[in-house]
Amino acid sequence: MSFISDYYNYWIVVFLMMTGFYIVISANNLVKKVVGLNIFQTSVFMLYISMGKVSGGTAPIVVEGATQYSNPLPHVLILTAIVVGVATTAVALSLIVRIKDEYGTVEENEFENKDDAI
Amino acid sequence: MIEQHLAALPIILPLIAAPIALLLGRSLITWAFATLVSALSCIASWQLLTTTLSVGSLSYALGGWPPPWGIELKVDVANAFVLLAVSAMSTLVLIYSKDSVAKEITINKHPLYYTAHLLCLTGLSGILITGDAFNLFVFLEISSLATYTLVSLASDRRCLTATFRYLVMGTIGATFILIGVGMLYMKTGTLNMADLAVKIAAYDSNRTLNTGLAFIMVGVSLKLALFPLHMWLPAAYTHAPSSVTAFLASTATKVAVYVMIRFIFTVFGAAHVFDDMGMNTILMILAIVAIFKCSYMATVQSNVKTLLAYSSVAQIGYMILGISLVSVTGLMSGLIHIFNHALMKGALFMAVGAVFYRMGSVKIEAFKGLGKQMPLTMAAFTLAGLSIIGVPLTVGFVSKWYLVTAALEQGLWIVAALVLLGSLLAVVYIGRVIEAAYFQPLPESQGASKIKEVPLLMLVPMWILVLANIYFGIDTSLTVEAAESAAKSLFQGYNPTEGAL
Repeated sequence: MSFISDYYNYWIVVFLMMTGFYIVISANNLVKKVVGLNIFQTSVFMLYISMGKVSGGTAPIVVEGATQYSNPLPHVLILTAIVVGVATTAVALSLIVRIKDEYGTVEENEFENKDDAI
Repeated sequence: MIEQHLAALPIILPLIAAPIALLLGRSLITWAFATLVSALSCIASWQLLTTTLSVGSLSYALGGWPPPWGIELKVDVANAFVLLAVSAMSTLVLIYSKDSVAKEITINKHPLYYTAHLLCLTGLSGILITGDAFNLFVFLEISSLATYTLVSLASDRRCLTATFRYLVMGTIGATFILIGVGMLYMKTGTLNMADLAVKIAAYDSNRTLNTGLAFIMVGVSLKLALFPLHMWLPAAYTHAPSSVTAFLASTATKVAVYVMIRFIFTVFGAAHVFDDMGMNTILMILAIVAIFKCSYMATVQSNVKTLLAYSSVAQIGYMILGISLVSVTGLMSGLIHIFNHALMKGALFMAVGAVFYRMGSVKIEAFKGLGKQMPLTMAAFTLAGLSIIGVPLTVGFVSKWYLVTAALEQGLWIVAALVLLGSLLAVVYIGRVIEAAYFQPLPESQGASKIKEVPLLMLVPMWILVLANIYFGIDTSLTVEAAESAAKSLFQGYNPTEGAL
């Protein structure tokens, strides 16, 4: 039982990761694919953030009386990764807008049919 | 002053130039500016290669923070060698792209194209130079985001869906690398590659580290289009603008191969990855399947760009095969092939782009009778094609020679035979195009008077590459010396005493 409860943060990460991955693979709608991709990336952000937590440590800000701090480096790293994720999402969404303009649909099977018709 | 900061120049120059290029705003000025910047970073990487060949590796503490706390830029022969190939290809492609881009991309997007190209160059140089695992991920995403933009700029609407697929696959790959790096950090508390190497070696096999290795290998394999994970590549290469395809085919996947080499040899150590984890067997099988499956796929394509894209996946198979042989000669052949493949695929895609410029199509039918109408372009295609096949006196022969030697060194004569058989498939797919160009008449519907040779600015970079194909096929001193020295130092593993500048 402790194997599950001790590592609950990792279980959440794994669950989110697989959920996101499944959505990316199975979704037919491009916007849903992007949502899946976001969930997938967010799970990794959570992996990093939970990894930096030191039990009993406070937030990594200098305050009176605190001796133990959580590791700030993963938080900083993941700030960069979040920016990268936002950029990717922005590019993906703008591509979807252009796909909608050109094909009139964002459903994968529908524009595949339109390409085959040529 | 400049020499002191030499290691940072190939990243800094295009990074600063990219927003300036956007501000310049006029097609011709941006083109000249981007070409100039790319040429400057090419000179800087040439300097880096000569310096590293004579004094060994350089270490540069970014922002004055000493490693392992700060981000370290580390240049040794291996990355200076690939960096030279990347920046030289970028310069040639930029020269080529003036006319090609004018034909294929609407004029108001030209500054965007050159900006994205410079950002892509920044990312690729960054991946090569950085000595920090997380920094590598960031540069990987910079180059990937720029690449998505470049691919989506073509006028054909199918480029959009191809880009979207590429984006999804690329992001999954990069996120896998991020997970892997996180696991390494979790166990070692450091991100500096040299520091990681020391700490990982001290662990002597640990499940978290091995999982991290697996994640990184899968992520990198997605980026470099190793056989079962290559599905994004043919579509992206086919629908991208011609000059973008020439640039990506000769740089982006090669840089990812370098990342794989770096993680295997510098971070995890060849002994652990190959002997304990048995990764060489997996890589070898995938590489051989890639060579045959994708060479076969190339022989049945009707679109020459798709044909060459499948051929690229097969050629990546040769590089990975070289790595999987676990010997200095094998790694050397992989590194030489990174350089050589950039030369030949760059020339081939430029020739195909030239045909698109005149004919508006890259189907094999469009090549009919072009041998007489566009003699210089088709001669370039033929010579670069011979190089892909591996005919002596071309660079393709040099890399295959070392690959076969490495296989025979280990007594793997079956592998050696398979490499040679794979070349026969290359004869078929290159031969189909050449046959159409030289032995079939021009279709009646085409007015022969309309088809002329392409502008000089497209021909010159194409022919520089073709001549380089032949030059480096005869005089192998630079490529072999650099690759040999790089392979030897990679096999030695990390030596903590070297490299302070």
